[in-house]
Amino acid sequence: MAQYMFLLYDTEEFYDNITAEDWQATMKLHNAFAEAVEAAGASLFGGAALEKSTTASTVRQASGEPLVTDGPFIETKEALGGFYLVEAKDLDQALALAKLCPAGNVEVRPVMDTGEGSTPPA
Amino acid sequence: MTSAREIARVVDEAHRGHWSTVLASTVRLTRDLDLAEDCTQDAFVQALKTWPDGIPDNQAGWLTTVARRLALDRLRRETTLWRKLPLLIEDPISPGEVEQPTDPLRLVFTCCHPALARDSQVALTLRLICGLTTREVAAGLLISEATAAARITRAKKKIAAAGIPYRIPADEELPERLDVVLTVVQLVYTAGHVAAGPELTRADLTGRALELAGLLVRLMPAEPEPQALLGLLQMTQARGDARVSEDGELVLLADQDRSRWDVRLLAEGVSRATTALQQGQGQGHGRFALQAAVSGLHVTASSWDETDWHQVVRMYDAMLISWPSPIVALNRAAAHSLVPGADLIAVLAELDALSNEVALKSYAYLSAARADVLARLGRKEAAVQAYDEAIGLTVNGAEQRFLRRRRAALTED
Repeated sequence: MAQYMFLLYDTEEFYDNITAEDWQATMKLHNAFAEAVEAAGASLFGGAALEKSTTASTVRQASGEPLVTDGPFIETKEALGGFYLVEAKDLDQALALAKLCPAGNVEVRPVMDTGEGSTPPA
Repeated sequence: MTSAREIARVVDEAHRGHWSTVLASTVRLTRDLDLAEDCTQDAFVQALKTWPDGIPDNQAGWLTTVARRLALDRLRRETTLWRKLPLLIEDPISPGEVEQPTDPLRLVFTCCHPALARDSQVALTLRLICGLTTREVAAGLLISEATAAARITRAKKKIAAAGIPYRIPADEELPERLDVVLTVVQLVYTAGHVAAGPELTRADLTGRALELAGLLVRLMPAEPEPQALLGLLQMTQARGDARVSEDGELVLLADQDRSRWDVRLLAEGVSRATTALQQGQGQGHGRFALQAAVSGLHVTASSWDETDWHQVVRMYDAMLISWPSPIVALNRAAAHSLVPGADLIAVLAELDALSNEVALKSYAYLSAARADVLARLGRKEAAVQAYDEAIGLTVNGAEQRFLRRRRAALTED
């Protein structure tokens, strides 16, 4: 089993006019997703929704003194809106689960092994 | 003792014939592509040393056993890997059962995983399935050696880090995974068919592509597209001898001596294409079925002029719907120019519109097609210029000489 981070990217316009019913419906979709992961024999290690990207601050450490700026790290039309940490058999299972994930775009990234005896990424 | 030269020949033949089987079986054990590749290479080196004392009856089995044993030794020596070994091994070597006939297919589906970039899929397939060196991969794909090496390395890293599995996809996943695999197999064939440099073809690549297409047909007998691809490749292969003249020059389909075509292979290809078209009846034909249909129209016509160009254009029109690509549009325009009484001015407009396509910017066939239409319209000067463009764009010696001859014919009289 390997761990994969699902990064959920969506346009944020959705939140601007959302009704209470739509919000409840969306939360139901996420609950269904969590159940689908367990049903597939994979497991959910964590996850969270994120506040809107307008609430983000960035600490830039690339050159010298850390610099605090407002806004997310990169400006894109789609913003990181949440994440899941999923343990799956292999990439195929992770991708199959990502297809069930209620989000516009899901980036699937393997989690690096940083345990004792781990080697730097090749 | 067999002579060293004879052994070298036998091992070289075994390399071409069994490389992917040995590698694929070793990957199944190690789950580590680099390690499996090293050990497979070492197994062939050992064959060079050991086979002079007696060539084994089952060469593939011998090579597989050696490669897998070398891999296990290496894994045992590396303690960190040894710790993980129980997780890595799916099935430890059991005597008598080292090879599974489906191993090469697993490797193909790994190399062609949709999570890998298309460029990397092709480079990796040529390297791992066809056993080409990085230099040969670069030559086959007309890219620099450094680019080829980078693509292969990147793809291998992603397979390892992202956990791309080594398996044949489940039945319900096959259709969506199949298209990529078929495309890559076709590209392997094409890389062999229009090899760079003075040689026009590389028989090992075309042969391997035919083999892979055959394996896919056996894996999915009810699917029309693998049938269509195999039929298409067989029909192309059947025309191979007629494609090059006695003095090594390229001969276009239009000018080929049809009596030199391999009748038996042609019949098999046509029959497969027909089967694919029947299987796909009512569900909309895939692009390989349509390509095979075009090829079938060519090979069943008694001559180039007798080809049913109306029908060819119709096939390309259907292809443009399921597969809108500038290359298909170019082929359509070229076929359109050959329909009896075609409006050549309209064809030229079609071709000119395509010259804005980024994908065709350095594609010699577009310039060559324009040159041909311009020549037929009597616009010699523009035609010569278009031939010059085409000559500058191709790196294949035989193609260059062909285009120079066409250009020379224009300025002769």
